[in-house]
Amino acid sequence: METSANTFPKLLQAHARQRPDAPAVREKDLGIWQTWDWARAATEVREIACGLASLGFRGGQNLAIVGANRPHLYFAVVAAQCLRGVPVPLYQDAVAAEMVFMLDDAAIEFAFAEDQEQVDKLLECRELQEAQHPGGQRIRHVVYDDPRGLRHYDQPGLLGYEQLRQLGRAFDTAHPGLFDQAVAAGEPGDVAVILYTSGTTGRPKGVCQTHASFMAAGRGGVETDRLGPGDDIMSYLPMAWVGDHLFSVAQWLVGGFTLNCPESAATVMNDMREIGPTYYFGPPRTFEGLLTTVSIRMEDAAAPKRWMYARFMALARRVGADILTGRPVAFGDRLMYALGNLLVYGPLRNVLGMSRIRVAYTAGAAIGPDLFRFYRSIGINLKQFYGQTETCAYVCLQRDGQVQLNSVGSAAPGMELKIADSGEVLVRGVSVLKEYYKRPDATAEVLDADGYFHTGDAGVIDHEGHLRIIDRAKDVGRLNGPGGTCNGAMFAPNYIENKLKFFPQIKEAVCFGHGRDEVCAFVNIDYEAVGNWAERRGLPYGGYVDLAGKAEVLQLVKDCVEQVNADLAAEEGMEATQIARFLVLHKELDPDDDELTRTRKVRRGFIADKYAVLVDALYGGKAEQFIETQVKFEDGRTGKVSATLKIVQAKQFPPVKAAA
Amino acid sequence: MNAMTEQELSAAAPKGGRRIGEVILDVQNITLRFGGVKALTDISFDVREHEVRAIIGPNGAGKSSMLNCINGVYQPQEGRITFRGQTFRHMNSRQVAEMGVARTFQNLALFKGMSVLDNIMTGRNLKMKSGLLAQALRIGPAEREELRHREFVEHIIDFLEIQAWRKTPVGRLPYGLQKRVDLGRALAMEPQVLLLDEPMAGMNVEEKQDMSRFILDVNDEFGSTIVLIEHDMGVVMDISDRVVVLDYGKKIGDGTPHEVRSNPEVIRAYLGAEH
Repeated sequence: METSANTFPKLLQAHARQRPDAPAVREKDLGIWQTWDWARAATEVREIACGLASLGFRGGQNLAIVGANRPHLYFAVVAAQCLRGVPVPLYQDAVAAEMVFMLDDAAIEFAFAEDQEQVDKLLECRELQEAQHPGGQRIRHVVYDDPRGLRHYDQPGLLGYEQLRQLGRAFDTAHPGLFDQAVAAGEPGDVAVILYTSGTTGRPKGVCQTHASFMAAGRGGVETDRLGPGDDIMSYLPMAWVGDHLFSVAQWLVGGFTLNCPESAATVMNDMREIGPTYYFGPPRTFEGLLTTVSIRMEDAAAPKRWMYARFMALARRVGADILTGRPVAFGDRLMYALGNLLVYGPLRNVLGMSRIRVAYTAGAAIGPDLFRFYRSIGINLKQFYGQTETCAYVCLQRDGQVQLNSVGSAAPGMELKIADSGEVLVRGVSVLKEYYKRPDATAEVLDADGYFHTGDAGVIDHEGHLRIIDRAKDVGRLNGPGGTCNGAMFAPNYIENKLKFFPQIKEAVCFGHGRDEVCAFVNIDYEAVGNWAERRGLPYGGYVDLAGKAEVLQLVKDCVEQVNADLAAEEGMEATQIARFLVLHKELDPDDDELTRTRKVRRGFIADKYAVLVDALYGGKAEQFIETQVKFEDGRTGKVSATLKIVQAKQFPPVKAAA
Repeated sequence: MNAMTEQELSAAAPKGGRRIGEVILDVQNITLRFGGVKALTDISFDVREHEVRAIIGPNGAGKSSMLNCINGVYQPQEGRITFRGQTFRHMNSRQVAEMGVARTFQNLALFKGMSVLDNIMTGRNLKMKSGLLAQALRIGPAEREELRHREFVEHIIDFLEIQAWRKTPVGRLPYGLQKRVDLGRALAMEPQVLLLDEPMAGMNVEEKQDMSRFILDVNDEFGSTIVLIEHDMGVVMDISDRVVVLDYGKKIGDGTPHEVRSNPEVIRAYLGAEH
């Protein structure tokens, strides 16, 4: 890649010159994969940019992008950058009341929406804005990609994608040179994108990242994993998430590989099989979901197949990861592994759509040891990285041959790490944010005078330079000791919750313990896994609430909790934080009820307040507690669920010295 | 969706909302007997172009029989049906299909072992012009024809949001999805009039909402006139323009949802109020 291209639009143009016929983007439409080569992608971006310009979009303005991973939406991201405007991808499943905050915050007048659903939402936002600040700033123009259902809309400011392109072509002819000048004027220090943080605490903040930062982050990843033309990636995660922006925009334009957009969210598995991506990212829960599907189907398979699967998976667990890493393995085992590859691992990778995977990444949450080992043992090069929106998701990554379960790898090229006295991880380098949009106060809080970004994560760096994240720095609390409140053992709630969530039966867990005498927990069962388990045992149940309250299910969860306790008993410093009591919640924690963030992290404080009566019951030594909860459905209506929850005492184990 | 089908384009031409047109289907004085049992007695009503017309009534009121008369499965002893200016003593089911009337079935009439795609393709049967041999060998025009039909079917799959199950045998799908496939098969005929026999029977609230949305979208996007039988009064009142009420084979009400709801006879039939 030529180095003179120092912004993303210039990179796109360079690709269009160097490899005009190579595939840039694919999308499955009407059952057939449609391909845009680089030349066509560059042309469409030009038309969108000129179309936006003809509507009055100028440099310095922000363009909201709302929808699923569609080629036209990715083009719109680059088109905004061409005009030195800033794309602002928003989570497409946010409701209008949430979205209007970001539209106001970023003073957005132009939006690019996927379909009728998003257009309706943006129009609703406009009404809200009109009501909240009459005559003030509001959404003026909405461009939509899919015209279905929108034919009879006559609201002002609505425009279809094809009409936008027509306007663009006319504008380009009428103003020759304007587009090229705008692209040429782009500076690496310009803000390339504003990504809103999911807001585990407080209101979302807009993170401003420059072309230089995201390009450096993209280049670091592309070089580490030798990605380039010929590689294929599946783009299926929310565009508003920093990871998708890193993989599907920054690395795409730096590396020049092919983006593949699935037909719909429900077809990702099928589309994966057809495309056979070479590069894949999934949060741990996606990998977990895939494994659950495989496990369920294996349990239904015929006995010989089950036997073969069990036998070869045992071999894979023993030697598979070592073979992948390149460690010495006995010749006999290698031979058997090759046979297994033919009979089990290969077909299994194929079913998962991972036959051609060279590099797979996971991040965002801790991944379970069994899960991580499973994928590596069947020959999928699954690795971890670490980063956040403020660092372009680029701080640490695992190099081939240095993959460990517990660490997130060592500092990525161009990045420096430091651990503060409080245990917080501090980061300095190429990918650190420019600022929070219009929030100098918040920027000053996280960026110190030396240029270190305060991640808010607590971690340790081992002697090889690998970073290990324990918990959120602010979440790390202390139990009550003999001498008073909060001076007992260190309590890392996420660490314990993750151990619980590694069991396929447990979907979410919330632990309490800071300023308490002992640790108690809420548990959410995994409806699919536990439901299947119940059906297998002929255990009748009438929906989620009923299933969650069954004595057999409580026993199942109790076994999981006690295993975690046994684990904790063996870890130095963690013995005291074994779980004393727990209950199984009657409803799934849900982002629509504000209990989880949009990226599905638990909001512990909010949950503790909302379910205060349950927390009191756990610590008050009650045997059961009645609760009624309001729930919000996807269409915005509300309802109520109620149940009487049993509180279960878990067995605790005496501390054991860690085995060598 | 990039390319629009011909039909969508023609429907798109007159902009600005759904417009209800002339009477397209006129049912006059239909009486249907099975031996000594009168299933329908002297039923008359009409259906206007582009409207959503509901037929409601308690169990055994003769709703399905009425649909069966319209599409020629049953032949009424008395009465006439006028469709697009042509008057018939009784309809013939092939002829009805060729005139652009499609229907879905209360108990589903799908090929359980065939994929979703193939099931919807069967709806294109009447539109296939090339001969059996040419189709079997997929030569020249037959192949082009199949590609054209496949494209149309893919639009329907996209429209009904069932891409994920394109290749799945229908028998393996949950009931709500099978209903959607049944609708897809009917849509594949590019019907001018769509007869829906209890499209929402046995569905949960969410599935009913989805189905209502699809029915309104079909009406809106494809411009199809819709005649539907439904039990769920909430749904009927929400989505239909006019309602016919049957009870014991007789028409006891006809009008807008609001008029029908306040009709004392209808209330009596549904609630069994005192005489």
